[in-house]
Amino acid sequence: MKTREDKVFQALGHTLMTVLSLSAVIPVILMIISSLTDNEALLQNGYSFFPSQWSLYAYQWVFDSNGTVVMRAYGISVLLTAVGTALSLLMTTPLAYGLSKPKLPWRGALTFYVFFTMLFNGGLVPTYINYTSVFGVKDTFYGLLVPSLLMNAFNVLLMKSYFVAGVPNEILEAANIDGASEMRTMVSVAIPMAKPMIATIAMFVGIAYWNDWNNGFIYLLKRTDLFSIQNLLNRLMQNIQMLATNSQQVSNAGEGLAKIPQATVRMAMATLGILPIMVVYPMIQKNFVKGITLGGVKG
Amino acid sequence: MNIKESNTRLPTANIGGKARQYRRFWPVYLMMLPGLIYLFINNYMPLPGAIVAFKQYNARLGIYGSKWVGFKNFEYLFRTSDAWVITRNTILYNVAFIIVNTILAILVAVVLSELTGKRKKAYQSVILLPNLISTVIISYLVFAFFSVGSGFINKSILPLFGVAPVSWYSEAKHWPYIIIFVNAWRSVGYLCIIYLATLMGFDRAYYESALIDGASRLKQFWYITLPLLKPTIVMLTLMAIGRIFYSDFGLFYQVPMNQGALYATTNTIDTYVYRGLLQLGDISMSSAAGLYQSAIGFVLVLGANMLVRVIDRDSALI
Repeated sequence: MKTREDKVFQALGHTLMTVLSLSAVIPVILMIISSLTDNEALLQNGYSFFPSQWSLYAYQWVFDSNGTVVMRAYGISVLLTAVGTALSLLMTTPLAYGLSKPKLPWRGALTFYVFFTMLFNGGLVPTYINYTSVFGVKDTFYGLLVPSLLMNAFNVLLMKSYFVAGVPNEILEAANIDGASEMRTMVSVAIPMAKPMIATIAMFVGIAYWNDWNNGFIYLLKRTDLFSIQNLLNRLMQNIQMLATNSQQVSNAGEGLAKIPQATVRMAMATLGILPIMVVYPMIQKNFVKGITLGGVKG
Repeated sequence: MNIKESNTRLPTANIGGKARQYRRFWPVYLMMLPGLIYLFINNYMPLPGAIVAFKQYNARLGIYGSKWVGFKNFEYLFRTSDAWVITRNTILYNVAFIIVNTILAILVAVVLSELTGKRKKAYQSVILLPNLISTVIISYLVFAFFSVGSGFINKSILPLFGVAPVSWYSEAKHWPYIIIFVNAWRSVGYLCIIYLATLMGFDRAYYESALIDGASRLKQFWYITLPLLKPTIVMLTLMAIGRIFYSDFGLFYQVPMNQGALYATTNTIDTYVYRGLLQLGDISMSSAAGLYQSAIGFVLVLGANMLVRVIDRDSALI
């Protein structure tokens, strides 16, 4: 029984949501179109949805003469995301599992030890000094990998709640009584049952690593060859020349700079940076929504 | 996350004798060790270093060897106008974010929950997309719109209204609007999903009886939906208030492209600490600002949590 009011509401609602959905993607579309615009046309008419002249030159330029710089940054991003996510799961899962065992001695104290890190932190300065002077991560791959991203208390506690609610203790006890060691119980009973949660956290961590620019920004001061794609993008905004410095094409920096289709190259690089997310998103989208709901209010 | 409950269970764990418990659980402790060590390195080890705020830092002597100067760093910090500006900016932006994002997220969630049709899911995933874009790339998107020479706004929008181009990256007064907009663009989809999940859990019987009584949609929203949502709104707002002394570094550093002319409206505690540490090399001042943030932030998080606990025990962090 559809009333008139209903129909009007549906029409208005769909219109509103269409407008909002468009505004969510329009900036990205502008970026992609700009990357496919002729540089001269862009400088003349500005960033536009309807360029007066299309061109693939920006991509050609990026891959032809400067492919190495871009590809290396891409490779570092992929490596960083893969290694970071794997290590993060290897640390998060057992810690969460342990904290979920009701009979574990010192469980309360250990939970608080994890939880406290969410309440208080020393701040950037002591953290920076600790990582650089004690662990020497400055200008190393570890500078990208280790600080702040490797594991966080929120994911641990989220997964712990999942173990508590989703993996009945009786089943684990039964496995124990059957003679399975604690290690085996975790690996062959608890972890398979917690797969959805582990997948969700893997996704959150993976996205965080792919998108991170902060660690490289702080810890990679000289070794720009270790830049991830995000760091490279960040540096390019100020200094497009960076792309050219490694290619022989530029013996004369000024002349080389003039040749760079600056505006469109920037947008092409940004498009390349966002591409993996756009490709993966449709696949992980459902899981992502579920993960946010799980984290829910506590997020 | 409930610590009380685990404490009450501990005594029963001891029935089998402490030694036996440890014998049984040592592999579990061993498995937990890497995570515990990482938290020690990443979160606990830097803590004593916070005393650097009371020292005149000298890289050669290290944190512990540097000379004590008492509260001097704080005195300098609060004597400058910076302390006031960064505190004001951080708090006002957060307040604006809380208000704007909450209202938009609830509006979108309510509309989405009432819509019928296949496109519903598509809307939801599309408005969530900005949440997955890195801040660096967001700064590129913003640049495409606001770039002075060739930005979409200066070249295509403003001429339509006969308005002269604006030099966005050198006029601080525009940035509160731009930053609040960009933040909403990025966060509303995320927040909306939390509200939508809450809305979906409501008992439809309320709405059915309201319909029989002839209540309009607006009335239903005002007298049913909003009161039912209240606990979630209060909770999320309190959590955000607990974080009111923190800001997203990228949003305030990358998006305005670290332009000095914009500091009046874009400098927050986090950007100030960063610039002090890595651009100006003024570690003492930077660490004083950092400790000021950590200390007040800690009190606020605890306070917000205590309030949440009073209102709804299950939603509290501790």
